[in-house]
Amino acid sequence: MTNADWPLWEVFVRSRRGLSHTHAGSLHAPDAEMALRNARDLYTRRSEGVSIWVVPSAAVTASSPDEKDPFFEPAADKPYRHPTFYEIPEGVRHL
Amino acid sequence: MTTMAADAGAQDTTAHEADFDAAVAADERIEPRDWMPDAYRATLVRQIAQHAHSEIIGMQPEANWITRAPSLRRKAILMAKVQDEAGHGLYLYSAAETLGTGRDELLDKLHSGRQKYSSIFNYPTLTWADVGAIGWLVDGAAITNQVPLCRCSYGPYARAMVRICKEESFHQRQGYELLLALSRGTEAQHAMAQDAVDRWWWPSLMMFGPPDAESAHSAQSMAWKIKRHSNDELRQRFVDICVPQAASLGLTLPDPGLRWNEERGRHDFGAIDWTEFQEVLRGNGPCNDQRIGQRRRAHEEGAWVREAAAAYAAKHGKATA
Amino acid sequence: MNGASVTVGEAPLATAALALGDDALVLSHRLGEWAGHAPVLEEEVALANIALDLLGQARTLLSLAGDEDELAYLREERSFRNAQLVEQPNGDFARTIARQLFFSVHQHLLYGQLAAGDGPFAPLAGKAVKEVAYHRDHAEQWTLRLGDGTEESHARMQSALDGLWRYTGELFEPVEGLAVDRAALREGWLAAVTEVVERATLRMPDGPQTGAWTAGAGRQGIHTESFGRMLAEMQHLHRSHPGASW
Repeated sequence: MTNADWPLWEVFVRSRRGLSHTHAGSLHAPDAEMALRNARDLYTRRSEGVSIWVVPSAAVTASSPDEKDPFFEPAADKPYRHPTFYEIPEGVRHL
Repeated sequence: MTTMAADAGAQDTTAHEADFDAAVAADERIEPRDWMPDAYRATLVRQIAQHAHSEIIGMQPEANWITRAPSLRRKAILMAKVQDEAGHGLYLYSAAETLGTGRDELLDKLHSGRQKYSSIFNYPTLTWADVGAIGWLVDGAAITNQVPLCRCSYGPYARAMVRICKEESFHQRQGYELLLALSRGTEAQHAMAQDAVDRWWWPSLMMFGPPDAESAHSAQSMAWKIKRHSNDELRQRFVDICVPQAASLGLTLPDPGLRWNEERGRHDFGAIDWTEFQEVLRGNGPCNDQRIGQRRRAHEEGAWVREAAAAYAAKHGKATA
Repeated sequence: MNGASVTVGEAPLATAALALGDDALVLSHRLGEWAGHAPVLEEEVALANIALDLLGQARTLLSLAGDEDELAYLREERSFRNAQLVEQPNGDFARTIARQLFFSVHQHLLYGQLAAGDGPFAPLAGKAVKEVAYHRDHAEQWTLRLGDGTEESHARMQSALDGLWRYTGELFEPVEGLAVDRAALREGWLAAVTEVVERATLRMPDGPQTGAWTAGAGRQGIHTESFGRMLAEMQHLHRSHPGASW
């Protein structure tokens, strides 16, 4: 019976208040409610989290590695976006 | 987007291969959607699946003692440990799935004998002390093998291993502590501990795999940085770690050839019986049928439960697919 | 200490601690038997979590009555004060879930009452009630899925509820040293269980909530057949090495 195969979910855990959710891994569950519970049991056994998101893996749209250059390289030659680009005379403070 | 895809499609395999080789050489991680050689993918699936299967099958010899644990403290520790093994199996299946192979397919291969698990779990746990010996020696050997895997070239596998190694640090210590209590306990307890170490020592050394000269996959795996040290090197490291630990336990290791070699600065040890290793691998270990039988039974008897949950999700519009 | 059995005092606090502690100890043991046999790997982790919570509760409670290991390992069957419900064998997954549902709803309401009071169990109950809320949720989620899943799972779940029903009445018998509102407990339990059972498209069992003879006498030390075997397994190693430490 292939209908017994549960879909895959991606799990994101907020480790403590003030931090964002980060990807912890994946798991199988028949639906979102069970996915959340399975995630709680699997990924926060040692108090690793205060909040969990689960997302069906099939719902994630990812950039392709083949698009790596057009996606990410153009950002590399714009150093004026970073504060270290600018020279400030010594002694000027709070800047 | 279409033009980009077309451009990418025009790129030939050689260019991909050069990128891949460069990333591995620069100690960068390979991630799921990156191009990778078919053989690299196949090797990883085989290794990660075998590793996951080992965690799942490895629950059995220890779970065998949960209902008989001799104190409530030990019972809690053992239950938490066996639970961790299920968890580690899940982390690893999840890493394998990033390579495009579903867990159900991997479990099918385990159940039908097309994929292996670590042979060590085909040995029986005959006494309570075996729980200690597994923690100290089997988990000790596993950790020696696994710590370098935290730097494995494949990102999801390396990340799963970081989590596993962190959680496993208690596994080995509880085993050592358990054996120490027995070794310092009554005469009967001490004898039980020694007997367990006598039975688990050699199989633990076999966990590092065949000698380098005969290891089928080692060279390529090392080149791909899936593997970082040779079987013999890791085995030697393990022996050197265990000798003083055994002395502190007040137990002996069952190898008359074991002695310190001043010149090498390492321990010499006796020859491993590779015939036994091959026999167990071939399915003739003491528990091969029992382990796979229980695993298959749990899966088959659970089918109606998995189907019920899937049917419920479909009925209530909760299914995602 | 030697291998002989221990008996326990009759102080009301000890009596109540044993009743609650033995419930947790025995159910934890039964859930521990699932290790390596669960219907899906995720459930291995979930069942072990529940078993570990219960074992933690048991250790705290037994320590209120004496030495936890002496009490767990050196008492004879007749000295155990757990309700018969928790000692019932695991059966299939539906049977385990029905046992979990009946017990965790009861434990959740009971601990809620204890936590709100100022009796000796309030601190323990305050911590445990959060654990038990999760056990209850787990049982309810699975009751819904098995009841309203496939034809087969529906039939199995109904048969599990029916089979265990006769062990539920005992949960509401008075226990010395335990100051709770029994009537409210019973009423709240029945309402909560009925709600889940009906939502799961199942029907409430209609038989009596106690058996004709022994069912419902666990608190007096009368247990069911499988319990002796369970204890034999649990206690064997400990009893084989009198006085040893582990």
